This record gives sequence, structure tokens and C-alpha cells, in this order.
Amino acid sequence: MPKLAPKGLVILAALALPLVFNEAFYQHIMIAAVINIILAVSLGIIVGYIGELSLAHGAFYGIGAYTSALLMVKLGLPFVAAFPLSVVSAGFMGLIIGIPSLRLSGHYFAIATLGFQGIVVLLIINLVDLTRGPMGLPGIPSPGTLEIFGWTISFGDKLAFYYLAFAVMIVVLILVRNLLRYKFGEAFIATREDSLLAASLGVHPRNCRMLAFVVSTALAGAAGSLYAHYTMFISPDSFTLGESIYLVTMVIVGGRGTIVGPVVGAVLLTALPEVLRFAGDLQFVIYGLMLMLVVIFLPKGIVGLVEQTKQRGASLEN
Amino acid sequence: MDFLKISNLSKSYGGVDANSDISLSIRENEIVSIIGPNGAGKTTLFDLITGVTRADSGSVLFQGTEMSHMATSEIAKLGVVRTFQQTKIFRDLTVLEAVMVGHHLHDHTSLWQSLLANRTARDQKQKKQEHALEILEFMGMADKKDLVTQNLPYGEQKLLNVAIALAVEPKLLLLDEPAAGMNPMESMRMLGTIRKIQETGITVGLVEHNMRLVMNISERVFVLDYGELIAEGEPEEIRANPKVIEVYLGRQASA
Repeated sequence: MPKLAPKGLVILAALALPLVFNEAFYQHIMIAAVINIILAVSLGIIVGYIGELSLAHGAFYGIGAYTSALLMVKLGLPFVAAFPLSVVSAGFMGLIIGIPSLRLSGHYFAIATLGFQGIVVLLIINLVDLTRGPMGLPGIPSPGTLEIFGWTISFGDKLAFYYLAFAVMIVVLILVRNLLRYKFGEAFIATREDSLLAASLGVHPRNCRMLAFVVSTALAGAAGSLYAHYTMFISPDSFTLGESIYLVTMVIVGGRGTIVGPVVGAVLLTALPEVLRFAGDLQFVIYGLMLMLVVIFLPKGIVGLVEQTKQRGASLEN
Repeated sequence: MDFLKISNLSKSYGGVDANSDISLSIRENEIVSIIGPNGAGKTTLFDLITGVTRADSGSVLFQGTEMSHMATSEIAKLGVVRTFQQTKIFRDLTVLEAVMVGHHLHDHTSLWQSLLANRTARDQKQKKQEHALEILEFMGMADKKDLVTQNLPYGEQKLLNVAIALAVEPKLLLLDEPAAGMNPMESMRMLGTIRKIQETGITVGLVEHNMRLVMNISERVFVLDYGELIAEGEPEEIRANPKVIEVYLGRQASA
């Protein structure tokens, strides 16, 4: 566990960042990074702690986004109501999908989630009356305004929205850390390592896996809601299989089985497309290559590499 | 009432009877061993008792509760815990963490308490840690608590198996070949440990090939061959039983 001080510094730096780089373009990337961190960290529970590959995280992200958007657009609910409901609906769908698919593991589980991912995109495209299908859903209101001590903060503003998203991200990180640190995190790892042994110690493997999956998908819903009210326009293109694979890449490149790993991966892979913009379509080839290289040479991701060098340094000192 | 009572338990894989019509019972706080040649169905019997595989027919009563339909984790809740033959368990955890996993059932943190990391969550984790340390001290492994399990020497990996199972606070502990592959020193240590476990009031069932250990420690021995129970009795009786000798040494050539 890293010490508190550097963690605090990173948070301070992240809070100051949009003030220093105050152009809209940079602020946009920072907001995207924060949303991606929520997605990657939540996916990391499944990929890193119960050791299954989910290819449906983009779909749960989309469920959160559409739930939140539709609740505000069609029913006129305020953001404070739409946001938690999008978390609940994504988590509920996670439960429904988890019941059959968590009976499977390994490749079979991945294929099952792949199927669900496809179904969700098809539903969004074909439920035209509700979602306007491939045309996308425009006119989603921003989270609105907040009045504190006579100040009016409008979350339509990029800077304010960044801090809102950042606050949500911090809450998500704390919840995930707590979940993984106590009873359930230990049970997840035991189930991942040896589910038969875990069961013989009284851990209920299927319940454990279900809990991890539901928490993970619910948090993807939170990210979806933030995204919808940030861009104010959503279409099925944002929640495709490509998005799911992109999120898996973040977790694996950053380092699975940790919380820092997906955070690092998310920041890196949010910034990378901007850096690689000159490469055009070639950038997807570069992602693929990067994923392959990481899987082969850095099975524990960037965070694993850092740990390794630290240990090597320590053993040299001794 | 018998502590553990197995009646007419059968399991076949394809045409092979792994266990056929086995009936036996274990009394409270005794040490019993199940022996027999390779493939006699000893591990299958453990699998059936602990719900790892489901029996084709028959019943398993533990303190009067029928367990043959129960899931492994529910059986563990009743206090019947088994070890597996494998070493390399929870390889990335430290020894202490691995033993803490064993105490999972006694951790009463709810999901909300854990998400909020409140006092209960922290207290329960603290308690679990203390309990795991006590067990490691009992096993004589306290000095290894911070080692990653895969770095333990072989003999201690086997002991760790037992330590993790003990953390569940079992009433009946089933050990699957705890001394397999051990050198004489290590198996003496295992023997001592099993005795100590019995002294704490736990009933122990063993599957073991190490005859010196079996004959030394067991109050009663059951012999399986081709899935059938062919003999049961005290070690002395078993040693003198012609059927058992035949199974182990082969039939005397008839003149």
C-alpha cells in the first residue's frame, strides 16, 4: 500500500490540473479520464478480483447512460434522482445477466458477456420510440445548478462538471477499496485462486462472484449517468463492444488485481488517442500491439512492473 | 447418535464403481484413517462427504443432519472441513492472509459495513487476524506469517493446508494425504500436529499412504479396495487381517 502522502499529492495535483490547463480541450480530456477511471476500476473488480473477463462493461455503461438520460428527458426527474436510479438499474441488469452467465467461467463467461453486449447495442438501436435508435438521444440536460452560500455553480460548465465527476470518482474509489479490503475482497481472491478450496472453507463461490459482478456493473451505471449529462447527447456508438474492449485494455495495461492499476491504465489510455491522433486509423493497430506486448511481457501491467523494480531495488540495497 | 454416519454410499463414474455401498461411522473426537491402494476410492469418499461430488445413492449424517444434498460451503458451515492434496494454495497471498481466508465464516461484516469500512468491519478483520496468528502459533508457523505461500518449503505448504482448514473451526477435519511426499522429519511433525488437533476436541479423518503414521496415530482404520469397504478395526487388527494383507501384498501363489 502506498503511503497516504503521495496519494494526497496526486489528488491535489488532479484538482489543480484543470485550473492550470484551462482550455476546454484539456478539460474535456480530464473529464473523460475521470469517467474512464470509474469504468476501469469497477471493471477491475471482475477482471482482477474474481478473475473473469467481462466484455459487457460498455453495455452496462450504456444502460446507466440511457437510464439517466431518459429519466430526465422523458420523466423530467432531477439529476439527484436520475443518477442513483441509473446505478440501481445497471446493477439490477448485472444481477439478471449474472445469474446465468456466472455459472460459466473462463472463455465461456467471456462469450456470454460478449453476447449480452451485442444484445444491448441491438436493443438501443431498435427501440427507436424510446431511444431514437442510431440517431442518438439529444437534448439531455446537464446536472443543473447547485447553490452554496449564495454562489451558484452550474454543472453545464466544464470546470464545475470536472469537480462533480471527480467527487463521484473519489467516492467510487473509496467504496471499491473498502469492499476489497475487508471480508468480501478476501473471499473474491479465494474464489479466484481456488473456488473448490474456497467452498470447503465456507465461502460461497457463486454468491461472491455475483456480489462482485453486481457492484461492478452498478458502478459502470454511475459512469454512464455522468457521461450522458456531460455530453448531453448519447448514441449507441459510445457503448459498443469496442468500448468494452477498450476498458478491458485499461485494466490489463494498468495492472489487474490492484486498484491503482486500472486508474493508471484509464489515464494512460484516455490520453494516448490524443497523442496518437496523427496516426489516424493506425492507432487501433497500436492499441492491439500494446495489449499483446503487455500481456506477454508485463502480465501484471504497469503497476506490476513498478512493484517489481521497487523490489529489485530493495533487494539490491540489502 | 453417531458423530458421522455414512450409510450405503455409492458413486460410479461410467462403469467404474468409485465407491460402492459404503457404510461406516466415526465417533466424536477419535482419529480414524482410510487406507487402500491407489484408486480405491478414498478421495472420492471425502468428496462425497464434503459435497464436492454428489453421491448416486446413500446418506451422510453429521450429528443427525443429512448432508448428502448440501453444497460444500454449507457443509463447511456445519463444521465439516477437508483439505485437498494439492500444495500451491492461494499462491499470491501471505501465509497469514491465507489462514485469514479460512476464518471467513466467523467474519460477520455485512456488505454495507464493509463498504463503509466502519468499526465492525475493522474489528472483525482485526479479530480474524488475531485468530489466524493463534492458529499459526499452534502450528508452529508464526515466524512464517509474512511469507508468500508459494515460497514456503514443501512440508510447510502441507501444514498450511491444515492451518487454513483449522481456521474454519471445524468439528470434523478431513485430511487428504497430509503427509504425502514428506520426509520422515516432516511427517513426524505432521503426526504431532494431528495429535494436538485431536487434543483440542476436533475429530480427525485421514486418507494416508504413510503406514507408519496411520498405524501410529489412528484409533480405527478403514480399508477400501476397488471402492468397497473390505475391513475396519483397530490398527493391530488391520495389520493382521488376511484380506488387507492380500490387497497390499498380493495373493499367495497357490501350490
